[in-house]
Amino acid sequence: MKIYLDNVVKTFDTFRAVRGVTLEVESGELVALLGPSGSGKTTLLRMVAGLEYVDGGTIRFGDQDATDIPVRDRGVGFVFQHYALFPHMTVGENIAFGLDVSKTQRTRAEIAERVELLLRLVRLEGLGERFPAQISGGQRQRVALARALAVDPKVLLLDEPFGALDANVRRELRRWLRGIHEALGITTLFVTHDQEEALDLADRVVILNEGKIVQQGTPEEVCRAPNSAFVTKFLGDANRLEGTIANGRALVGGAELPASGLADGAAEIFVRPADLGWSVSGGGISATITRVIDRPDGRRLLARLDDGTSVELDVPSDTLARAEDKGAVQIKRASVFRLG
Amino acid sequence: MRPLRRKPPRVGDSPQTRIALMAFVLFFVALLVLAPLAVIFVQAFSRGMEAYGAAIAHPDTRHAIFLTVVTALIAVPVNTAFGVAAAWAITKFDFWGRRFLLVVIEIPFSISPIVAGVAYLFVYGLQGLFGPALEAADVKILFALPGIVLASMFVTAPFVARELIPLMQAQGRDLEEAATSLGASGWRTFMSVTLPNIRWALLYGVVLCNARVMGEFGAVSVVSGNIRGQTNTLPLHIELLYHDYQTAGAFAAASILTVLAVFTIIAKVLLEKRGAGRAGRPVLTPPGTAATEPLA
Repeated sequence: MKIYLDNVVKTFDTFRAVRGVTLEVESGELVALLGPSGSGKTTLLRMVAGLEYVDGGTIRFGDQDATDIPVRDRGVGFVFQHYALFPHMTVGENIAFGLDVSKTQRTRAEIAERVELLLRLVRLEGLGERFPAQISGGQRQRVALARALAVDPKVLLLDEPFGALDANVRRELRRWLRGIHEALGITTLFVTHDQEEALDLADRVVILNEGKIVQQGTPEEVCRAPNSAFVTKFLGDANRLEGTIANGRALVGGAELPASGLADGAAEIFVRPADLGWSVSGGGISATITRVIDRPDGRRLLARLDDGTSVELDVPSDTLARAEDKGAVQIKRASVFRLG
Repeated sequence: MRPLRRKPPRVGDSPQTRIALMAFVLFFVALLVLAPLAVIFVQAFSRGMEAYGAAIAHPDTRHAIFLTVVTALIAVPVNTAFGVAAAWAITKFDFWGRRFLLVVIEIPFSISPIVAGVAYLFVYGLQGLFGPALEAADVKILFALPGIVLASMFVTAPFVARELIPLMQAQGRDLEEAATSLGASGWRTFMSVTLPNIRWALLYGVVLCNARVMGEFGAVSVVSGNIRGQTNTLPLHIELLYHDYQTAGAFAAASILTVLAVFTIIAKVLLEKRGAGRAGRPVLTPPGTAATEPLA
């Protein structure tokens, strides 16, 4: 089911949480709403679910105007950050809840069969008799997903689904959710503040800031061509350097970068740690290493440029480097923006 | 024998302090709580079982017991319904005046019951606000059961709501939102999701409310008119007997009220063990915690 948001607005008291968001989610697509806290991403998701009413604009599911359909009849599956499992019901009863309250009459056997099917889907066979307090956090979130899927929702909405889990479980559940999505093909919209999660899981990433969409595109598009300083910084570690633009070239500490299409003037330049190189003898911006951090997958050097700017670079683990070493930093790739 | 190596006492933990503190507390409890309770039963049975039975069987006493029970049977369910509705409204909805309502609900706790009684006199009394209209319609509120019930309800209005509001605030709205998004109606959500998660706190509030309704003296004494055998509840009846120098009768009636109170305390302790009350709020599965205990 396709989802269209047209100029959706939401205000809490005097705080404008969502300020005119227009978004299209294709049928069967998996889309991430990514943004820092307070960017309006959760509010937006809750409006799609019908848990909040919109103050302006429309929401459509396919050809149907869903703006004023109450959450009960909207046919969405919603997964909460803290699972919201019913603590007094077993896992099986939790999953069966939507089927029990449904207007469609089903026999006990039909419901039991569907619950079994869903337990298999989320790989929790045999845990149907447990209570939520007796299973782990990752298992709880899988139960929550099974419960949301039980009623055959038109769209699946997940609010920071893995936010309360530890890093390893989170990574595993991401791959697993991707698998489920590919198997079921249900239109899915999820909210996260974790860039890695969004890039890892989604077909398309929608980046929000202060209640507005600042950029949207495939993970490749937003990673390779961030359209603003905000997106660049938000998507991952980046060194910020200041320079000047003249005649379509950006000058920074003696290095030159392409900056076509930008007007002359002050510029800020963002460089990912992996896009910086280090050499003891060679061209580039001269710098002094202040610290070396060793990691399983490489080395990170903290260095100070001659003008006092601190930068971080990721280099192969066999790079020879010690604190106080002098050398030069080369910029392999960078994003250049006009300052101000 | 090993030489005893005494650890230095922590602050305030020397044996003398400990013994003195415990002795003081025990003495106080005995003097202020246990002795009077014991006296009630000793005095009630001072003239033997038969006199006790006769005192209880006296029509006025039986009527007082009856009236107290009827009052509780009306006031407690009404206040329970009110308390649940108030707690639900305050914790699950955002509306103008929410905080104000929260404060207003607490007023009966801080106001003297006598003041409440007098206020009812001014509202429903003959010289009062609705007095003439009520008399014209031949509706009797004061010096009758309706007045007693109203006064009792005023005094105990906050009990259930006060128990539920902190709990329901802590539980948040996620469960209800989840149930609604799965297609459950408001009533269904309340019955199968909200109620099971607040049931012990609710019962706790009901028990406290009931205890207070049965024992209420001040407000009821103003509005009931103290008509023996007609509008005397058990606490009022005890006072009346005592002023008539019918000590044994007074203590016999008091013993019944005490037994009711003891049952209430037992119920309260049992409920607290189930996690109701302030001692241990039942916690919703906290986020991120691993499975605690294996299936029993």
